Amino acid sequence: MTDAPKPPRARPPLSRWRSKAPAILALIPAACVVLFIYIGAMVWTVRLSFSSSKMLPVLDNVGFNQYRRLFATERFNLSVEHIALFGCLFIAGSLVIGFLLAVFIDQRVRGEGVFRTIFLYPYAMSFIVTGLAWQWFLNPELGLQKAVREAGFPDFTFDWIVDQNRVMYTLVIAAIWQASGLVMAILLAGLRGVDAELWKATRIDAIPTWRVYVSIILPMIAPMLVTAAVLLAVAVAKLYDLVVAMTKGGPGLSSEVPAKFIMDNFFERSNVGLGSAAATVLLVTVIAIFSPWIYSQHLRPQGARR
Amino acid sequence: MRVFPRLIGLAVGAALISAPAYADPLKAEVIHWWTSGGESAAVKVFADAYNGAGGQWVDSAIAGGEQARTAGINRIVGGNPPTMMQFNTGKQLDELVNNGLLADLDAEATAGNWKSVLPKAIVDASVRNGHFYALPVNIHGQNWLFYSTKAFADAGVAAPKTWSDILAAGPKLKAKGLIPLAHGGQSWQDHILFDAVLAGEGGSALYMSVYGKDAQTAIADPKFKHVAEMFKQLRDLMDPGMPGRNWNDATAMVITGKAGMQVMGDWAKGEFLGANQTAGKDYGCVVPGAGGYVMGGDVFVFPKLKDADGQKAQAKLANLMFDPKVQIAFNIKKGSIPVRTDADGAGMDVCAQQGIAAVKDASKQLPSTSYLISPDENGALNDVITEYLNTPGETADAFVAKFAAAVKSAG
Repeated sequence: MTDAPKPPRARPPLSRWRSKAPAILALIPAACVVLFIYIGAMVWTVRLSFSSSKMLPVLDNVGFNQYRRLFATERFNLSVEHIALFGCLFIAGSLVIGFLLAVFIDQRVRGEGVFRTIFLYPYAMSFIVTGLAWQWFLNPELGLQKAVREAGFPDFTFDWIVDQNRVMYTLVIAAIWQASGLVMAILLAGLRGVDAELWKATRIDAIPTWRVYVSIILPMIAPMLVTAAVLLAVAVAKLYDLVVAMTKGGPGLSSEVPAKFIMDNFFERSNVGLGSAAATVLLVTVIAIFSPWIYSQHLRPQGARR
Repeated sequence: MRVFPRLIGLAVGAALISAPAYADPLKAEVIHWWTSGGESAAVKVFADAYNGAGGQWVDSAIAGGEQARTAGINRIVGGNPPTMMQFNTGKQLDELVNNGLLADLDAEATAGNWKSVLPKAIVDASVRNGHFYALPVNIHGQNWLFYSTKAFADAGVAAPKTWSDILAAGPKLKAKGLIPLAHGGQSWQDHILFDAVLAGEGGSALYMSVYGKDAQTAIADPKFKHVAEMFKQLRDLMDPGMPGRNWNDATAMVITGKAGMQVMGDWAKGEFLGANQTAGKDYGCVVPGAGGYVMGGDVFVFPKLKDADGQKAQAKLANLMFDPKVQIAFNIKKGSIPVRTDADGAGMDVCAQQGIAAVKDASKQLPSTSYLISPDENGALNDVITEYLNTPGETADAFVAKFAAAVKSAG
């Protein structure tokens, strides 16, 4: 019962390195791509944000001028507010609705395959198609408002898409419609992995179904929720084509988002310097949000690794 | 004996192979943004002329001016340039010229004597460092007011001449159940509307100062604030669904009689033409206000190409599109006026005649903002103007301050 003395930690013998060599060799191309393309492009963008580049890169140094101009630009400050609002509502809404859809399908309904396909179908469409279709649907003169009014409710209004204070919510609705299917697919895989014995046990204990889901199942599929949340967060940072297709920035500047600001400045306005500054700000924000999570997952000394 | 037929066969084969090769038509890929009904008919004039002269016009139309310019610039910078690309007259092509990406057109310009047949403002806008870099194809007036004669007759309103008339006509048209001012709420259209009020109500001198050297003094002028207030009042004449609407959908509202007026450039005439409506009869056109004619227009640029065939195609296109007959045919469909001062405008409609007369008068010529300010500043002002028009609570003072800040930071 006594513990055998632990051997002193030694460096792995040379043969171990040799056996790892093929794996390391195989990873070198991917590592190069990550280093030169991902990280290299990021470094290049940050470098350009300190220059006065117009349409093509110019390697001078104007200090923080571009950043000063950036934070004095009303459009950029509004973009940041809008993306924060959109991000919170979109991720929360997609997770909730995706989870409810997954639970619904998990009840072994008849025609399960059909429902799954229907719910997943919107994800197959590009954001542009989604945006255009929802724009027509929400247009007060062409879509839902007109249809309901003609059906006999002349006072019905649903003109959120042309209302400065509400247009972001229309973007959230269209985006949730598109992404819930993906969340559903991911969570369904998790739900299906839950042991049938567990259900029998909960039935014996007479726990109500909703309580089982909230207190027992959700913690079990937490990694899948995190995966889904990360995928959704990526979509939030990239949000551009949905805005262009649905509102083009919305009434005035009320649905501007940072990615659209960056794209417009890089190309149409031939202002690479300002666009790079905005891209750098976006990068720093994403790093700031994700680094606590990455730290807790991978870098903590006695990491509770999953 | 079997050798002889073979020799005959070989000789015939050799003769066929050495016969002159069938000449491939000169391919020319063209990027432009003329995708509405009237515009497509106009660009077809160029395409047919080029195809008829032995070329092959490959059309790469991209909807939306900003999107088309973005895609085209991307391709030129990225090394896969089209044969020809459209821009608006003015400063949009400065960066491409400064980076040596465009071929100059001096050969065609000297042969066709461009400097003597083009108005001075157009020559200045197309020439950089003494070389021609752009082929101007038309002059568009940007501050036209198009109105439905039927709607105005029904409401009993006389044709408006000034911006005060337009504001006064609003309530009367609304009483008849019409939308007084059809507007497409995209930022470039908001800017065109603002410039129209600035030129018509503020006057040519104020317009040139605001977009010129002493901009800050001009913006601080109380006349500028008055222009801003008038511009805001136009919001009441528009319908609630206007944000994001395309310009040709707004023109369709006037054509079908749902709306009374639209302020748009004369490219809108192509839409009226497509609906078989005649200028002066079914719709009227007037430049509201003091009468300064805001001139825009389109030019085509030719990226530097490495292959000789591409360069031949470019030379052919340049000469063809500047030919007087092709110019007139194109401009009639497009709604603009020919850029050549020696082109005979007798066959064009009454609005075009008004435009031609205005362009001949140097005191009425006002270059559009694309001639005067960089795309960066233009874009920044688009943002300020569209936010002002769409935010009910924003005051004219706040707008003037933001406008001045945008001019300062981008200029």
